[in-house]
Amino acid sequence: MSSKIDHSLPLEYQTEQNRLNILGFWIFLGAEIVLFATLFGVYGVLYQRYAGGPTHQDIIMIKDVLIQTVLLLTSSFTMGIAIFEMRRQQLKGLIFWLVITLLLGSGFLFMEINEFIHYVHLGATMQTSAFLSSLFVLLGTHGAHVTFGIIWAIMVIIQLVRRGLTPTTARKTFIIGLYWHFLDVVWIFIFTFVYLKGMVG
Amino acid sequence: MGIKWNEFFITGDPLILGSQIAIVLTMVGIVAGVTYLKKWKWLWSEWITTVDHKRIGIMYIISGVLMFFRGGMDGLLMKAQTSRPEMEFLDAQHYNEIFTTHGVIMILFMAMPMLIGIMNVVVPLQIGARDVAFPQLNALSFWLFFGGAMLFNISFVIGGSPDAGWTSYFPLAGKEFSPGIGNNYYAVALQIAGIGTLLSGINFVVTILKMRTKGMTLMKMPMFTWTSFIASVIIIAAFPIFTVALALMTFDRLYGAHFFTLSGGGLDMLWANLFWLWGHPEVYILVLPAFGIYSEIISTFSRKTLFGYKSMVLSILIIAFLSMVVWVHHFYTMGSGPAVNSIFSITTMAIAVPTGIKIFNWLFTMRKGRIKMTNAMLWSLAFVPCFIIGGVTGVMLGMGAADYQYHNTLFLVAHFHYTIIPGVVFAVFAALYYWWPKMFGFTLNEKIGRWHFWLFVIGFNATFMPMFFLGLDGAVRRSYTYSVESGFAPLFLVSAIGSVILALGFFAFCYNIYWSIRHADRNITGDPWNARTLEWATASPVQPYNFAKLPEVDGLDPFWKMKKNNEGLTIKDSDIEEIHMPSNSGLPFFMGVVFGVAGFFLVFEWHIAAAIAAIGIIAGLIYRSFDYDEGYHIPVDEIKETESKWRNVEGEVHNYVK
Repeated sequence: MSSKIDHSLPLEYQTEQNRLNILGFWIFLGAEIVLFATLFGVYGVLYQRYAGGPTHQDIIMIKDVLIQTVLLLTSSFTMGIAIFEMRRQQLKGLIFWLVITLLLGSGFLFMEINEFIHYVHLGATMQTSAFLSSLFVLLGTHGAHVTFGIIWAIMVIIQLVRRGLTPTTARKTFIIGLYWHFLDVVWIFIFTFVYLKGMVG
Repeated sequence: MGIKWNEFFITGDPLILGSQIAIVLTMVGIVAGVTYLKKWKWLWSEWITTVDHKRIGIMYIISGVLMFFRGGMDGLLMKAQTSRPEMEFLDAQHYNEIFTTHGVIMILFMAMPMLIGIMNVVVPLQIGARDVAFPQLNALSFWLFFGGAMLFNISFVIGGSPDAGWTSYFPLAGKEFSPGIGNNYYAVALQIAGIGTLLSGINFVVTILKMRTKGMTLMKMPMFTWTSFIASVIIIAAFPIFTVALALMTFDRLYGAHFFTLSGGGLDMLWANLFWLWGHPEVYILVLPAFGIYSEIISTFSRKTLFGYKSMVLSILIIAFLSMVVWVHHFYTMGSGPAVNSIFSITTMAIAVPTGIKIFNWLFTMRKGRIKMTNAMLWSLAFVPCFIIGGVTGVMLGMGAADYQYHNTLFLVAHFHYTIIPGVVFAVFAALYYWWPKMFGFTLNEKIGRWHFWLFVIGFNATFMPMFFLGLDGAVRRSYTYSVESGFAPLFLVSAIGSVILALGFFAFCYNIYWSIRHADRNITGDPWNARTLEWATASPVQPYNFAKLPEVDGLDPFWKMKKNNEGLTIKDSDIEEIHMPSNSGLPFFMGVVFGVAGFFLVFEWHIAAAIAAIGIIAGLIYRSFDYDEGYHIPVDEIKETESKWRNVEGEVHNYVK
C-alpha cells in the first residue's frame, strides 16, 4: 500500500488504496443488491396477503409517488454532473451540484415520510397485514439508505470544503456517487414492481 | 419497556447459579491478573487496537477456542441428560435452550471465527501481501463478531437463552409462542456478528483479487487461498439474506409485523426458506476453507504438488454454485410437491460429484508420496473416511422420498455432525498444528498431539455413530428424554460415553497448548515442516510487515521451487526499502462495544436506550470519515535488524520434518 500516485488516471483512481476502496465498494454494492433482492422476494411472496386490510388501490397516491420518482431520478442526474465537475477539477461546481443533489434527495425523503404518515392515517400500518409489513420494510429500507446517504454526503462536502480536491476526497466523492446511483436503481424497481404493478392490481 | 427486574437475572437453577458465580470469578480473575502483571497497556496497544491481520487472526482463534469450550459444555450437558431414559438432570425448557445455544455457538461463534481466523493469518502470507486490503475494517469485523458473540453468551444468565433451535423456525420462534426475550438475543446478536462476517467477506475478496504478489495469477494461487476466495464470495452472496431474515424476525417480534406469523397473512415457511437460503451456503462457507487446509497439508506432507489442481478449482466453483440451489432439501416435508422435491434432490445429490473429485485428488496426491505422519497429516487422513460417512448419509438424506423417514430424527443429527466435525473441526485442528509456528514461533507438541488426536477421533465416532442407528429406529432430535420401553437406552449410553472421550481429547489439546507455551523449543526455522507455499518464506513468528521484499512467483508451490533452486531465499541490503504500515486504532473496539450495548438494549426492547446507544454508532462512523491517518513507515534499519535476527540464527535451529 504505497502512496505512489499515478497521475495518468482520474483523481479518484490515483493511489493503490483508492483503487482497493473503490473495488471494495462495488463488491459492497453487490451485497446490497442481494439484500434488496431478498426484500423484493419477500414482498413478491406477501404482496397479496392483505388479511382483510387495505389493498394497493386503497392507499397508493400515484401522483405523489411520481413526484418522488422525478425528484430522485433528477438527483441521480445532478450527482452525475457533480462527478463530471470533479473530473474537470471544478471544486465549486462539484460542491454546488452535490448540494443540489442533496436538496432533491431531502425533498424525496420529505415526501416519502408524508406518504408513510398518510398510510398510517388510513389505518395501514406495519402491524395490519403481511402485505403492509413487507411494503413498509422494503420502502423503509430504501428510505433509510437515502437518509444515511444524505448524512454521509454532508460529511464528504465538509471535507471537500476543508481539504479541497485530493485523491482521498475525490475517492470519497466518487464512492458516494456510486451509492447514490445505486439507490436510484433500486427505486426504479420499487416504482415498477410496487407502485405501477400495485395500481393495475 | 415493561421489563420485570426480578426476571432479569435467571435464578433458581443450581447449574446456572454455578455458571454465574464462575463467570464473576473468571472476570475478577482476569482483571486482577492483568492488573497484577501490569499488562493493561500491552493488551490495549498490542492487541485490542491492532490492525495486523495476524493478530486479528489469533484473536479470532482464541475466541473460537473459548466458544468451543462453551458449545462443548452444552453438548456434554445434552449427552448427560440423554445418557439414561427418563433422566431428570435438565428440564425440557433448559434442554431446549441448551441445544439452541449449542448449535448457534458451534456454527457461528466457533467454526466461523476459527476459519476466518486462519484465513486472516494465512491468506495475506500465501499471496505475498503485507496485510489485507482494509486493515482497520478487518479489526472492525473482528470486534463486531466478538460483540455479537458476547451478547449471545450472556443470554443464559441475563434474561434467558433462545430456545427455538438454532434454526429458530416460526411460528415457534415468534412472539406468540416464545414471548420471552430469549429469541430477541438470537435476532440481534447474530445480526451484529453477521455484519462483521459480511465485511470480512468483502475484505478478502478485494485482498485476493488485488493484492497478489507479482507473477501469482489466479491459477497459481495456493488452494487455501482459492477456497478462502470462493468462501468469501459465498459470504457476500448469502449473508445479506440472513441480514434481511433476522431483521424481519426482529420486526415481527419487537414491532408486531406479520412476516412469519400465523395471523395477519404471514407465512411461517417463508422464514425456513430465507434461513436456509443463507444456511445452506453457510455450510459451504465453512467447509470450503477446510478443504483448502487439507489440500495444503496433504500436499506438504506427501512432498508432492497437489494432484489435479485445475479440477480442484473447478470443483469448488461447482460446489459454490450448487450450494445456492439446494436449500429446499432442509424441508422436503413442507409439502411443495414431487416436482420441486425432485429438482432439489438432484441438485443435492449432484454436490457429491465435485466433492468426490476432491476426495480422489487428495488420495492421488498421497499416492507415491513420501508421507510424513505429523499431527496435521493425521487429522487430514482421519478426515477422509469420516467425511465420506457424512457425505454418503447426506446423499441418503438428499433423496426427497426417503427423507420423509429420516426427517427430524437423530439420523440427521449424526449426518451433519459427521460432515461438520471432520469437515471443519478436524481441519481447524490440522491447521492449528500446521500453522501454529507461523503464529507463535514454536510448534505444538507432537506426542501430546497424538493423545488429542486419538481421543478426539475415537470419541467423535463413539458419540455420533450410534445416533445414526438411533435415528433409523425413530429417535427424534431435540427431545429431552425417552422412555425405557423405546429400547434406545444402550445406544444413548454409548453416545454419552463417547462424548466424554471427545471432551478428553479437547482437554488434551488445551493441555498441549499450555505445555507447548511452557516448554516447546523456540529455536525453529521459518519453515519447520519443509513446506511449499509463500507463508513459509517468512520468520516464525512472522515479522509485522510479513515480507521485507515482496516475492515474485511463476508457478504453484513457489517456496518449494525457491528452496530447490536456492534462489530468493536471501535478501540483499540494497533490496530493503522502508515499508508503509497502517496505524492502530481503538475505533473498531469502540464500535464493537457500542454495537453490543445497543444490541443489549434492543434485546430488552428498551428502545430509547437503544437509540441513544445507536448515536454512538453514528458518531463512530463520522469519526472514521474524518480520520485522515496515513499510517507510518518502518525505517530501513529496523527492517535490517529484524531480518538479520531470523535469517542468521546462531546455534542449532530445528527443522521438524526433513
